[in-house]
Amino acid sequence: MQRRVNIWSNIDWLTVTIYLVLVILGWINIYAAVFNEDNQSIFDLSQRYGKQIVWISTAFVIAFIIFVIDINFYPFFAYFVYGIVIFALVVVLIFGTKVHGATSWLEIGNFRIQPSEFAKIATALALARYLSSHNVQINTLKSYIRIAVIILLPASLILLQNDTGSALVYFAFILVLYREGISEGILLLGFFVIVLFILALVLAKLTIILLSIAIVFIIFWFLNRRFKIVSLGLGILILNISVIYGLNELFKIGFSFYLVILIAIGISGFIYIILAIRHKIKKVVILLLFFIGSILFTNSVDFVFDNFLEPHQQKRINVVLGLESDPYGVEYNVNQSKIAIGSGGIYGKGFLKGTQTKFDFVPEQSTDFIFCTIGEEWGFAGTLFVVFVFTFFLYRLVKIAERQRSSFSRMYGYGVISVLFFHITINIGMTIGLVPVIGIPLPFFSYGGSSLLAFTILLFILLRLDASRLELLK
Amino acid sequence: MDSFANRRHIIRFIIILIGLIFAIKLFILQVADSTYKLTASNNVLRYVTQFPARGLIYDRDGKMLVYNEAAYDLMVIPRQLSPFDTTEFCQILNISKEYIDETIKKAKNFSNYNSSIFLKQVSSKTYATLQEKLYKYPGFFVQSRTLRKYTNENAAHLLGYVGEVDEKLIENDKYYKQGDYIGISGIEQTYEEYIRGKKGVNVYLVDVHNRIKGSYAAGKLDRKAEVGSNIISTIDSDLQAYGEKLMKNKIGSIVAIEPSTGEILSLVSAPAYNPELLVGRTRTKNFITLNTDTLKPLFNRALMAQYPPGSTFKVINGLIGLQEKVLWANTNYSCEGAYFSGRFRMGCHIHKSPLDFVESIQISCNTYYCNVFRSILDNKKYPSIRESFDQWRDYVMSFGFGQYLNSDLSNELKGLVPTKQRYDRIYGEKGWKSLTLISMAIGQGELGTTPLQMANMTAAIANRGYFYTPHVVKEIEGEFELDERFYKKNYTKIDSNYFELAIQGMDLAVNGEPGSGSTARLAHIPNITVCGKTGTAQNPHGEDHSIFIAFAPKENPQIAIAVYIENGGFGGTWAAPTAKLMIEKYLNDSISVSWWEDYILNAKINYNAETSKHME
Ligand SMILES: [Zn+2]
Repeated sequence: MQRRVNIWSNIDWLTVTIYLVLVILGWINIYAAVFNEDNQSIFDLSQRYGKQIVWISTAFVIAFIIFVIDINFYPFFAYFVYGIVIFALVVVLIFGTKVHGATSWLEIGNFRIQPSEFAKIATALALARYLSSHNVQINTLKSYIRIAVIILLPASLILLQNDTGSALVYFAFILVLYREGISEGILLLGFFVIVLFILALVLAKLTIILLSIAIVFIIFWFLNRRFKIVSLGLGILILNISVIYGLNELFKIGFSFYLVILIAIGISGFIYIILAIRHKIKKVVILLLFFIGSILFTNSVDFVFDNFLEPHQQKRINVVLGLESDPYGVEYNVNQSKIAIGSGGIYGKGFLKGTQTKFDFVPEQSTDFIFCTIGEEWGFAGTLFVVFVFTFFLYRLVKIAERQRSSFSRMYGYGVISVLFFHITINIGMTIGLVPVIGIPLPFFSYGGSSLLAFTILLFILLRLDASRLELLK
Repeated sequence: MDSFANRRHIIRFIIILIGLIFAIKLFILQVADSTYKLTASNNVLRYVTQFPARGLIYDRDGKMLVYNEAAYDLMVIPRQLSPFDTTEFCQILNISKEYIDETIKKAKNFSNYNSSIFLKQVSSKTYATLQEKLYKYPGFFVQSRTLRKYTNENAAHLLGYVGEVDEKLIENDKYYKQGDYIGISGIEQTYEEYIRGKKGVNVYLVDVHNRIKGSYAAGKLDRKAEVGSNIISTIDSDLQAYGEKLMKNKIGSIVAIEPSTGEILSLVSAPAYNPELLVGRTRTKNFITLNTDTLKPLFNRALMAQYPPGSTFKVINGLIGLQEKVLWANTNYSCEGAYFSGRFRMGCHIHKSPLDFVESIQISCNTYYCNVFRSILDNKKYPSIRESFDQWRDYVMSFGFGQYLNSDLSNELKGLVPTKQRYDRIYGEKGWKSLTLISMAIGQGELGTTPLQMANMTAAIANRGYFYTPHVVKEIEGEFELDERFYKKNYTKIDSNYFELAIQGMDLAVNGEPGSGSTARLAHIPNITVCGKTGTAQNPHGEDHSIFIAFAPKENPQIAIAVYIENGGFGGTWAAPTAKLMIEKYLNDSISVSWWEDYILNAKINYNAETSKHME
């Protein structure tokens, strides 16, 4: 059932105000980042700040148009829009223009767009549409597969465009799934896989296997809580290790210690299964499978890392993990960025007074590293304000999402939050050296038409749905 | 239905947690930690580019040809300028006040924050004076770089020169910045990537008095410059110097190649210029003078001048005839001082008649080759002349003519071997026959070849059927190998046994008995069997050009050479003795008959010394 409500009076004007503040602050910093005393006219279209004014105006017009469109359009056409975007991504892959090594630009006349920016909106819509369908149970294998397809299809196409940063954004949709009740077990497994991935790169294989043994026994203790059985299991393992180690030494077989432990685990595992069946102890098999899985996984990580990642990506990961020092490459950029921000002090050097970001030494300063300019010219006061505004903004969006009566609107709302949250966290985190350098823009701040328009559309569809939330009667 | 609403609290918690982590990290970065702060508010960071020295260039025996000398550029950062005493400044640097105003204005236009060059290549003496007083001039600093120096004035064309990058290049290649140097021709250009090394940067703290307070952040941000790789060229510098000496007061070129490797032993283009002229502050001025010189000293004739090959080409036509089996060693043609066909007549000189193949090369009979050439094109094996011509063209191209040899020197010319389409256009598809093309029988007419291609052809003959792509670099320090194309044998389409006959003829052309009609006796060297062939390129604009190709020794050849002397007339007169001197110099390192040397050295051939005085 629906009723008519005056949408203009129901718009969340607080969010619109925050949006305006962010866009204006963004523009001021783009102006500062590319400032040059000889070109001071803000409407100079040959300069980035001039172009950005055009983009901002366009964004306003589009925001207005979104408010005029009927809300039923979004769930109804969600899959259709998704289909178009996937098609565009394929086209880009074939006919795209290369910029900074990524083939993500589509040139139509002298107009250049980046479909990957708009794919986030389409994915958020399609995901909300799918999850809000009547008969969908999120925790079934069928749903897992379909959700994975919806999210990973655009992500892998973007990955093929060599734009790793934009592809990683799709991981953020886990937040939507979490909110909509995906099993904690699946999330924990996912989390464990990531931790294991990192551990596999950082630690030696021997350390990992010993650590895994410890973890498995601790889990077993929590599941079972019987001291006798746990210590029996441990005893069997230690005995096996000692015997095999002894034989290895005695007959000079020359197995490595790692191999000795593996063999001992194999024999012990066999004994465990027999004992478990005989004494009806549950979960031993699952734990064993889990253990074998993680051993296989850690062994394949090195393979994946060496064979599937490009050298510069390996380098970035290694630098952040502290495995590799690279003061002239990736680390150099991060260092420069930290200096720019750090040199801002408490109150900053003042508008247009920045020196670090004026040189070429902070890379991409009006796009991905725009936060440097804020840090340098406005100091801690400025960065704290921006971080606060962003946090408040996201907090507000959670509130908006939660007050939706239609589950489609709520899920779309969380899609918006996921994308924005990921962008903000990774972008700021990267400029202050907390996360690897992944080239994605800071929403509403970074220079660039495609990203500003995409974020505006993303946000204003939610505001449009929100403005009509009272139309739906339950 | 919505049973997971509680999870919203966790999501809110994560959002606030991240916000807090950022706030704390920013507090550490911007307030608590002083590592990233500058010591005093007025201090500035200065990024000084470290220019690596370009790689040195050596000759094949390890003698240094090109090295570097320090030079100092005075840089300016407009934003850091404050009013200063211009009179003293002008005095130290020997510049005018207008220059200061104009240059600073230009620098401001380029960038207020980045440094630009204020004055290029200040001498070390001026630099010493300036260094003491630099504290009076905030915004200025000195950046050291290197300039090319040459151990002698030879091989300018081959070594090439270095100049400033232009706007277009800066846009296309991120490595280069305004004011950087880049190799513009010769080895400097081809091997730029190796020679240039890698720029570095030093970050300094500078106080208000323009004094460097030290390295910023203990040099953590500095990047060391990497010195460029040294190059060992294939040039024999003594031979090169000798060749340039012989070519004084003449126009033309000499190219000498080691047949067993394709290595270029010397490459002379005359008139030449002193490479020192294109270095430093006078470069632009000198370049204009050289560029407007009527004798075109900047023009590399060895690679870019195209002449008909003349009678040297008879060797190629002979080889094609043998391979196509329309000519045999004992094929005799008689010559009555000219070749006649209907109303057509091509003259020849007086010599014994009839001649066999070997004698035809020794004596260089035009009539003989008119017959050979026509029998190739009128071969009944092919349905029409269009097919036999294509076949002939393939043979010629297999010697490297009519295409880029793809050496490691830029600006090579392709030369010209006409296509059948060309004749179709002029005469119609059925309108031409062998007689139409007859001038190519003796290497005249439409054929165009460069001296490098001719030396390469000579190397192919010396090798009895194959050549290595000619190149001027033997080794790049730190690199395992050169490009693989320099290690590949390129086979001609002629079987190697046919070459022995042609070489026999070339041997006799040089070493035949007096009175036997040998055309190149002036190239004879006692105890070394030189095999050669004379040629004369028709020149519609004046006296013909003198050509000589040769290799030696006959067995196990070590040098193949092509000599061109413009307006030198018959090939045997000037080109042959010049080639002989070069060969003797290379193989024996001494000259047996010194009056030959004087004969060549003192010759001024159609050379107006008045117009090119500055080249001396
Ligand atoms: Zn004759």
